[in-house]
Amino acid sequence: MNYDLGDLSNPAKLTDPIDVSGWNTGELIEIYKKMRLIRNVEDEIARLINSGEVKCPSHLCVGQEAIAVGVSYHLRNTDRVFGTHRSHSHYLALGGEPKSLFAEVLGRRDGCSKGMGGSMHLFGGKHGFLGSVPIVGGTVPIAVGAGLAAKKDGHGDVGVSYFGDGACEEGVVHEAFNLAAIYEIPVLFVCENNLFASHMDIHLRQPSDRMSRFAEANRINVQTVDGNDVLAVAKATETLLEKSRKGNGPGFLEVVTYRWKGHVGAADDVDVGVLRKEKDIIAWKKRDPIQRLRQGLVNQRKMDDSEFNAMDREISKDLMRAINEAKKSPYPEQNDLLDYVYA
Amino acid sequence: MTSKTISYSNAIQSGFCYLLDNFEEVFVLGQGLWSPWYVGQSMRELEVTYGRERIMDTPVSEQGSTGVAIGASLCGYRPIIVHPRIDFMLMAMDQIVNQAAKWSHMLGGQAHPSLTIRGIVNRGGEQGAQHSQALQSWFAHIPGLRVVMPSTVSDARDLLIASVLSDDPVIYIDDRWLYDNEEELEPVVELSLGKIGPKISQEGTDLTIVGIGHSAYQSRVVAARLRENGIYSEVIDLRVLNPMRVETIIRSVRKTGRLVVVDGAWSNCGVAGEVIASVVEKLDVQFLKASPVRVTLPSAPAPSSGALEKNYYISESRIASVCVKLMGDKKVTSKLERVV
Ligand SMILES: Cc1ncc(C[n+]2csc(CCOP(=O)(O)OP(=O)(O)O)c2C)c(N)n1
Ligand SMILES: [Mg+2]
Repeated sequence: MNYDLGDLSNPAKLTDPIDVSGWNTGELIEIYKKMRLIRNVEDEIARLINSGEVKCPSHLCVGQEAIAVGVSYHLRNTDRVFGTHRSHSHYLALGGEPKSLFAEVLGRRDGCSKGMGGSMHLFGGKHGFLGSVPIVGGTVPIAVGAGLAAKKDGHGDVGVSYFGDGACEEGVVHEAFNLAAIYEIPVLFVCENNLFASHMDIHLRQPSDRMSRFAEANRINVQTVDGNDVLAVAKATETLLEKSRKGNGPGFLEVVTYRWKGHVGAADDVDVGVLRKEKDIIAWKKRDPIQRLRQGLVNQRKMDDSEFNAMDREISKDLMRAINEAKKSPYPEQNDLLDYVYA
Repeated sequence: MTSKTISYSNAIQSGFCYLLDNFEEVFVLGQGLWSPWYVGQSMRELEVTYGRERIMDTPVSEQGSTGVAIGASLCGYRPIIVHPRIDFMLMAMDQIVNQAAKWSHMLGGQAHPSLTIRGIVNRGGEQGAQHSQALQSWFAHIPGLRVVMPSTVSDARDLLIASVLSDDPVIYIDDRWLYDNEEELEPVVELSLGKIGPKISQEGTDLTIVGIGHSAYQSRVVAARLRENGIYSEVIDLRVLNPMRVETIIRSVRKTGRLVVVDGAWSNCGVAGEVIASVVEKLDVQFLKASPVRVTLPSAPAPSSGALEKNYYISESRIASVCVKLMGDKKVTSKLERVV
């Protein structure tokens, strides 16, 4: 087995509080709140799954919140973002409303996809979120196409493609890398490398755990960072986007992380994993992206624990309201089934 | 469950064991083979019994792994490639349609890809548009592919064995909605796919109901209900979709004069329409007492919300009401109201 990622994939490393020096406290608090919001939304959806109210397959991103928040920090709503089966964080980090997400997973008409898609098919056009789907690798070339359109438009916007380490095993993804490189398309590839594709450890699927090698093969600019350090993610995104927005082609951000929950559903256990061990999950929880930012702020005496606790309570309260409203939304009408098939 | 019955999913498992025990040229590859979560209870711990060299869990690479199976099949092996969802199998369409299906013919019949491609239909449960499809008609359209869909427990095993022992590329499609069905399992028979076709599951004289995979099972359930109410339907399980042999169905419709075809898939250019066209082409219209009817899905992708999903899939009561209507006033009694 080749551990080419070194410390990045070793959960015993990189557990220190995040160095917040050089950042404005107000910005850091906004970043913290976004991550906390995503974590709490996922926890609430887990509860709704356990209570039987959410029935659609839901792939939760608990443990991976820093990636979408760090990336979105440098996006604007004219960028064109595409997601995967695990996209609640991508949607929320761009400003998607929790109420619309709750309504969607509850199969209601006020959902972000009108109740037609469920957790795996999200839409947030006005935030620049142009769609997420569960066919692995399916949206990667589509994001390249959106980047091509942005290039033609000439306003410096970019396509953004979130995908996992598993998607790197699909041929179409490599075609997309090559196309983006040769046409110098402004697209940011964000590879959320959580070292697993459903039940299978990366080492059972690929000869190296480092996905950036595919970008290098296509001469795409690469940044490989700790995906549980939101500031490192934001900084790397900024570096890559600067080049893309100026028309210097694609960028590839590999963010190394770990999902805390099972592949799909609410289970907090080791899932159906081959090589996924309880002790790894416990170790990775020490690299909690939210706790690390919070501790960084507390250590610098920018905020104290009671202030954080009050903020967390406020977020929870807002979410309870959003859930209650979502539950009041009606179900789709029978004619919706045929009405949405064609434009 | 009595000691003699076995579930559909366990029957598939026993088909794998039979093949792996008796034919060393058989091996299996596909996503999720080391995790029963993917393939229901139909391939439990095969890698423990037969080893990871013969039971290969693959990366997320449908097209590549299907091609690998084709290549090995051209060199003396009989691989089974498993796609835990037929929706994912679409990534492998070039290998299936351009390569495997054409290989024998375009090279003058001198080489035959003897692989089996197992595609699982897995729908319901608010899985939505990309995780719910039943695409048997796509594959049945292609000369060179044999396509089978077992609906009974014994066929789940025996059609798998027949598929693997066939020298042609075979698409074997099973449906997770059948997995818990229990029946007695007869002893293994090694069938020849070139020699078998539709099977009469129940004889009757009033109308002919043809079902395919899960819808054949539903047709049997409906027929039993109809019979209690004085309608005697003949149920035919299509089983082999390509090459399709319709003689049994024609004989049945000549007797009953009425034909309903149930397919849990879309109707346009689909298998249900093909069955009707093939029958009508060869049957003197004087035998028809009513226009044949298809029972299929609405022409829309699967919705996610349960509120729409519950009316989307074909229910047994919908099939029953179609059958009752087809009977006209001939057999309608007040009791029939209870059937639908
Ligand atoms: C084309 C296709 N093949 C297989 C699957 C089944 N599947 C769903 S998610 C997944 C794992 C994807 O892993 P990765 O891309 O690393 O994303 P992660 O789940 O780790 O976020 C697989 C194999 C699928 N949805 N689509
Ligand atoms: Mg992954």
